[in-house]
Amino acid sequence: MSNEKVKEPFMHITKRADISRGKSWLIRIASILVALVFCAVIIVLLTGENPLSVYITMFKGAVGTTRRIWSLLQNVAMLLCVSLAVTPAFRMKFWNIGAEGQVLIGGLATTACMILLGNKLPTPVLMIVIFVSSIVAGAIWALIPAIFKAIWNTNETLFTLMMNYIAMQIVSYFAYVWSVPKGSGAIGVINPNTQAGWFPSVLNQKYLLNIVIVAVLTVIVYIYLKYSKHGYEIAVVGESENTAKYIGINVKKVIIRTMLVSGALCGIAGILLVSGTDHTLTKDTAAGRGFTAIIVSWLAKFNPIYMVLTSLLIVFLQKGAVEISSKFELNDSFSDIITGIIIFFIIGSEFFINYKLNFNKKGENK
Amino acid sequence: MLVQFIHRAVMQGIPLLYGSTGEIITEKSGNLNLGIPGIMYVGGISGVIGAFLYENSLADKSQANAFLAIFIPLIACLLGSLIMGLIYSFLTTTLRANQNVTGLALTTFGIGFGNFFGGSLIKITNSAVPSITLTVTSSFYSKTLPFASKLGWFGDVFLRYSFLAYFAIITAIVVTLILNRTRIGLSLRAVGENPATADAAGINVNKYKYLATCIGSMIAGLGGLYYVMDYATGIWSNNAFGDRGWLAIALVIFTVWRPNLSIFGSILFGGLYIVHNYLNDIVPNMTMSKQEIIKIAPYLVTIIVLIIVSARKKRENLPPASLGLSYFREER
Amino acid sequence: MANPAIELKGITKAFGHIIANENVDLTVFRGEILAILGENGSGKTTLMNMISGIYYPDEGHIFIDGKEVNISSPKDALDLKIGMIHQHFKLVDVFNATENIVLGLDEGKFDIKASARKIQETCDRYGFEIDVNKKIYEMSVSEKQTVEIVKALYKGADILILDEPTAVLTPQETQKLFNVLRKMREDGKSIIIITHKLHEVLEISDRVSVLRKGKYIGTINTAEANESILTEMMVGEKISLDIERSEPKDTTDRLIVKGVDLYNKEGVQVLKDISFTAKSGEILGIAGISGSGQRELLESIAGLQKISGGEILYNNPKTNETENLKDKTPMQIRNLGVRLSFVPEDRLGMGLVGNMDIIDNMMLRSYRKGKSVFVERKQPKALAEKIIEDLQVVTPDAKTPVRRLSGGNVQKVLVGREIAASPTVLMAAYPVRGLDINSSYMIYNLLNEQKENGVAVIFVGEDLDVLIELCDRILVVCGGRVTGIVNGREAKKEELGLLMTKGNAKGGKSDE
Repeated sequence: MSNEKVKEPFMHITKRADISRGKSWLIRIASILVALVFCAVIIVLLTGENPLSVYITMFKGAVGTTRRIWSLLQNVAMLLCVSLAVTPAFRMKFWNIGAEGQVLIGGLATTACMILLGNKLPTPVLMIVIFVSSIVAGAIWALIPAIFKAIWNTNETLFTLMMNYIAMQIVSYFAYVWSVPKGSGAIGVINPNTQAGWFPSVLNQKYLLNIVIVAVLTVIVYIYLKYSKHGYEIAVVGESENTAKYIGINVKKVIIRTMLVSGALCGIAGILLVSGTDHTLTKDTAAGRGFTAIIVSWLAKFNPIYMVLTSLLIVFLQKGAVEISSKFELNDSFSDIITGIIIFFIIGSEFFINYKLNFNKKGENK
Repeated sequence: MLVQFIHRAVMQGIPLLYGSTGEIITEKSGNLNLGIPGIMYVGGISGVIGAFLYENSLADKSQANAFLAIFIPLIACLLGSLIMGLIYSFLTTTLRANQNVTGLALTTFGIGFGNFFGGSLIKITNSAVPSITLTVTSSFYSKTLPFASKLGWFGDVFLRYSFLAYFAIITAIVVTLILNRTRIGLSLRAVGENPATADAAGINVNKYKYLATCIGSMIAGLGGLYYVMDYATGIWSNNAFGDRGWLAIALVIFTVWRPNLSIFGSILFGGLYIVHNYLNDIVPNMTMSKQEIIKIAPYLVTIIVLIIVSARKKRENLPPASLGLSYFREER
Repeated sequence: MANPAIELKGITKAFGHIIANENVDLTVFRGEILAILGENGSGKTTLMNMISGIYYPDEGHIFIDGKEVNISSPKDALDLKIGMIHQHFKLVDVFNATENIVLGLDEGKFDIKASARKIQETCDRYGFEIDVNKKIYEMSVSEKQTVEIVKALYKGADILILDEPTAVLTPQETQKLFNVLRKMREDGKSIIIITHKLHEVLEISDRVSVLRKGKYIGTINTAEANESILTEMMVGEKISLDIERSEPKDTTDRLIVKGVDLYNKEGVQVLKDISFTAKSGEILGIAGISGSGQRELLESIAGLQKISGGEILYNNPKTNETENLKDKTPMQIRNLGVRLSFVPEDRLGMGLVGNMDIIDNMMLRSYRKGKSVFVERKQPKALAEKIIEDLQVVTPDAKTPVRRLSGGNVQKVLVGREIAASPTVLMAAYPVRGLDINSSYMIYNLLNEQKENGVAVIFVGEDLDVLIELCDRILVVCGGRVTGIVNGREAKKEELGLLMTKGNAKGGKSDE
């Protein structure tokens, strides 16, 4: 440091005091655009196609036909449902990354009801049994890590992560127990003839009921978080445990209760996936949504209404990228790469919302 | 059969050992990198791409040069996993993004990347089965000491492994020594425990975070390479790597952030991973379904360790204090 | 004197809208102890953090030994032989003393045992007593501070900055520290000591520089200074504390604390056999060196700490029944009809939620009202607006997150809310810390108003003059024990000071 010339840093970083909502969304949208351009470059390098036509393909792939629009909406609904589920816990700063397992266990309960009770109970009773048992199953799966968090402050990120794989193995186990044909390790479509435990088609759309349920859930979760006493307590606990204790909130109770809500919502996602969509169960039924949901929820700043947009964005990208892959004879996994890159850009853009770069001006006036 | 079991358990454990050693270094710097599964996957496929390019450049595959056959995939693997580590470091350290979100996105990306190139290579080779076979490269990677197989059970248990397996154990020991016995290790642990203190002591926190994460990623990537080149005898098929990446993260907790314990832990986990194959002869009625239940074991023991450690609250066994948090000096 | 060791010229630093330092100049010479004096929030720590590389100035220049330097990281500061002992120690808890001291140093071969020996030598030379192999998390506060000082010396610091080093020390420990500082001065080192305690400034320093509200006011030689000159520089005008104090009326025993014992998480006893009575219609002051158990005492009464012995009795004025608050949660205490308000020391970390707006912060106490599952925001909004108007809170509107308000306004919001609950017992911990004179007086007046309304007020303070002027009775604590209860009207500062240092000399946080 004994240099004669004083070396000025090129720039330094300070935290932004505040940023207008408009400006922050502008930064996010800009980051998505930059990401799209970046991806276009990659696509052009790989395929040699005109990037514009690639994006047209993408658009068509996502919403090109009525069937595709329904499929898009269905996928948005599923992802949104899991995202809604993880959100209350995240607001409390409880990093539940076990949604994948919670959804699977919920789905497992649904499957069990359909297989074991499917043709024995009248439909309305069966549906009630499915809902109750799946919600309870998902809630229990979330309850276990919550209890240990409350008692011993056991790291919930790692705990819930491990619970996912236990859930997957349990599902694999039952996939053998109930496999059709025996020993194949796959359950196959359940009750294909009687359709017992299947969601009915509404207005001739087999996914419409799923979408309606998730839409209602979105509103409920929004109201729960913003206007209910529970939601208020979650916010206080998430902001400061000391404050929560100071005003007499039982923090352990709130942690456990909120994880029960999270797990119950995951259980509902399990029902929608098994009864409402696949009519079967494999260990990939949740299809990584438990993890993607974390990104969706985080990008939306844990706001259920924004989550509609962020889950739409991600599903749109995935669907579009699948279409690009098939049209340009790349393989399906290309969509994961594109989605990954765009998410990296959005994650990175948060920096510019929270921090300000100050380029050095001091040097100039010397 | 026990000898055979131990031998397979070790081979099964080596990728986990690489993964956990890499993740321990990373976590010691305060970065909880949930991208490890993706990184190991990329490490594997990068090695495959390197080997594929090398094998296809040969007119006669029997003329393959041992050095190049090992060197090219190795470099490709290290490079691939290094880039993954850089992405993570840039986002979490420079841009201070949320570590959980970044890590999970990295895993999605890495597995997509692996399956994309895996799928593309399979298509290029017009193979009948959905896999790529790189027997030539693999034969070099799985070379063992010539006399190992002549020493009976002793050779099987201790000697009949390839160089990457021994390298994994050496790495784990070296990393342990570095963490506990060197200035660099001291500084690294300080960064993970209390970055503000490390910073005030003149340690370049960002540099340590970058280096630990990138070196950790490269070590983890080697786990992917070992898996495909030795364990899977040079056959790559998409998603065959399975959940080994998450098991590696589980192993980190299981061994309470100690790479030397990880050597034994990885063999134990490896054993638990394959024990169902061997139980058929001991336990009657060992159906496929029961095997699936037994596969829960490594995750279950990890949870138990996690609970015990948190309940005992022994300071030395807890995760690095600032694990998962990004550091900004001017925070108020 | 010789050339200045450090010279600051025109240093300015802002955090968002808050200007922490504005155009500050400062000079420190070799071989002197410079005191930086200022009230809480006057920007002392921020300024020093810029010398030690924690913050980077927005404007201004720093010269070391006459050369302009650029300190953009703590590493740069270390290279310039600047060491700082922060108020919140920069130590790694799971490391031992030696590991913490050698951290970041490059001294050739890494040999922790050899380093430990060398550290022991440094300790012996200056007369420090530390166990170099002890883990930091097993150490008392003063041991940790010693490690910090040894660390700075071991790293060869020529310029040593200490941020409020005596706040956590007993008088004996303070004297020991001052002796060390004098020894270092003889060695030709420059020492900067941040403090707001006037007698310490007069005792230890050669010169005093004063900051007020982020601005540099001036520097004088300590020999020419006295308390009133310094006070005037510090607060702007010569003020005689003149707090109105009415005679207590209709006092009855409201809160009776009997033989309370408390152990902290580490198993160290922090409250020992504490007994006192708080009466309605009077202000009971609590005096003591910070960390003597004041926080734990208030938290025990509020139900936030689980006491191991003794009892806390509350006489309910409505029912004339006596309730034992021991082993009750804050919720249970409230359900008993006990109207207890509590202004905690940590305003944004405990009393309020920084990211919530004023309205939602008003709800903290009242959101449970009613059977509805939904929260009701109408009344909190009215209350927020009333407090903003009555207490002259400076804020754009009631929907502003409280973390964006200045310290005084944050405190007004908090005190306003706690008083609005019409308490029978009001506990306030350091309610004027960091507040300007006007805001402080407003708080004193509010406390007095409550007293006149028959509330039993418990006031934990650090400024003895204020305690003597404001309180009817003063309870003195030291090392978790009550060392005396004196009448506020007859109390002398010296007497209080003596009581504060009586009893357990090692202070409240020592391990036994």
